[in-house]
Parts: sequence; C-alpha cells; structure tokens
Amino acid sequence: PQHDHKKMKKTTGEILSVHQIYEKNPFLVKNYAITLRYNSRSGTHNMTKEYRDTTLCGAVDQMYAEMAGLHRARQDSIQIISTAVLKASECSRPSVMQFHDSKIRFPIAHRVPRASHKRFEKKFLPARPTTFVG
Amino acid sequence: RGEERRQAAQVQVASPQQEKMVFTKFVEVGRVCVINYGKDVDKLCVIINVVDVNRVLVDGPHSLTGVSRHVINIKRITLTDLKVDIGMHATVKSIKKAFEKDDILNKFKEEPEGKRISKQQRNSAMNDFDRFKLKYALKKKGEAVKKKLAELRK
Repeated sequence: PQHDHKKMKKTTGEILSVHQIYEKNPFLVKNYAITLRYNSRSGTHNMTKEYRDTTLCGAVDQMYAEMAGLHRARQDSIQIISTAVLKASECSRPSVMQFHDSKIRFPIAHRVPRASHKRFEKKFLPARPTTFVG
Repeated sequence: RGEERRQAAQVQVASPQQEKMVFTKFVEVGRVCVINYGKDVDKLCVIINVVDVNRVLVDGPHSLTGVSRHVINIKRITLTDLKVDIGMHATVKSIKKAFEKDDILNKFKEEPEGKRISKQQRNSAMNDFDRFKLKYALKKKGEAVKKKLAELRK
C-alpha cells in the first residue's frame, strides 16, 4: 500500500490498537463518493467516483474492482483520500443518479437460466433455454 | 421468387411466442420474489429497495418466510406476479401488514412457482409408506384407465 498521501508507514509509526468500525445502518442504500489517487503507468492522478451500496466497505470494494477493471490499477497503487455519503441531490454521476427514483421499476430483460444448485447443472439440455422471464 | 421472399420478410408476423413477450413483472419496491439460488432457495421475499442494476435489498420478513433483510443479486431472485404496496425501506411491521392484507402467502401457492415449490416439499417429506401409497394409487388409476380404454375400443 502507498504511503505518499499520509506519509505514514510501519517504520514511522506504531500501531496502538485496531478496531473494526461497523456500518451504522447496513440496510439503507446510500450513495458513496470516494476521492482517490492512483498511479497509472505514466503518472499519478486524482479521481472522484460515486457508488451505490449499503456499506462503505462495499463501496470501497466496488471502487477497487472498478479501478482494476477500467484502469488496470492494482490495490497497492490506489490511495483513498476521502469517502463521503452523498445525498441524492449531491450526486453527479448518471450511473448512480439513474437509481434516484422513488418509483424505480425495470424488467429483467435478459436472464441466462441457471440451475438452483451446482449439483443440478447439466452439460446437455433437452431444449434450448429461453432468456425471457416476463 | 426473390420478390415473394422479400415481401414475406417485411411483414412482421407476431407468433404466439412473440405476442407473449411483453414485460409484466418488474424489479420494483414491493415486488414479491422467490430466491432461486443460495441457502434461502425457494423462499419468498419482498424487494425493499434497488441498490443498483444488479442488486436489490430484500426482506422476507424473517418471521414470515425465513429470509432476513439483506442485499441480493437480481440473478438470484425470480420475480412473481405478486406485488405489495409498501414504501422504500419499509419496516418489518408494515411488510407483514401488507402481506396479510393481500394474503400473499396463500396467493403464492396458486402461482406456478408456488405450486412447484409446495409439490417439491410434499414429495421430499414423503416417507416410505407415503411412497408406497402413491405407487399403489397410481397403479389403481392405471388399471382403471386401461379398463375404460378397453371398453371404449370395443
């Protein structure tokens, strides 16, 4: 993990105690804004990303996964500068704002069928599966 | 002949299959779903909120269906035709009230998914004597059908 941002590493500090902070309400969907700094192959950049999740840890997991997928940034080259819970009106990313609808409603357009347990997965099926579930 | 083929291709004939392909079930707050994968397989739950395009927050409630409040992937739920009138992030009390008002647990038993689940549960709860009774009943039914068929053939 990088220590540029806080200039604190194992040798410059001493861990006194470690406590896990639990999400206050893990059953409330929130909009998280994560400001981060990461090293790409050619330089280091700042970013602010928004995620919808129920816990901060979940949002951070999403962030690491997205950075790995979109920017090929590994965990150790990402430094989280700040995190915040945003109100719906404060969000700016359309991918998050599209869920700000009290009457949200969408069908399952394409469902790839799956057996309810790995045990029941078959290599050959009697009929071609349909992806329409109504 | 090429002309005919081109004309046929232009006419959009809705086959019975295509005509039925209209979305009637939606991922929405209050939609009653069945969980189709995981440890809560074949249990009912209600969508309380939508997290994002892949996930929803659901609740049984636990005392009614055995499903506690949690985030689940949409791939793991099957939408039913039933829907309750609840608000986003509804409390367990209000969900229970809505379930009672719409008699969801009984209505679900009439749904195709509900029928399948109750049949599966009944069959897996059979003991050896029940299986014998079933076999005997089917045998008797077969005999009666054959006898009637023989009469009709004469």
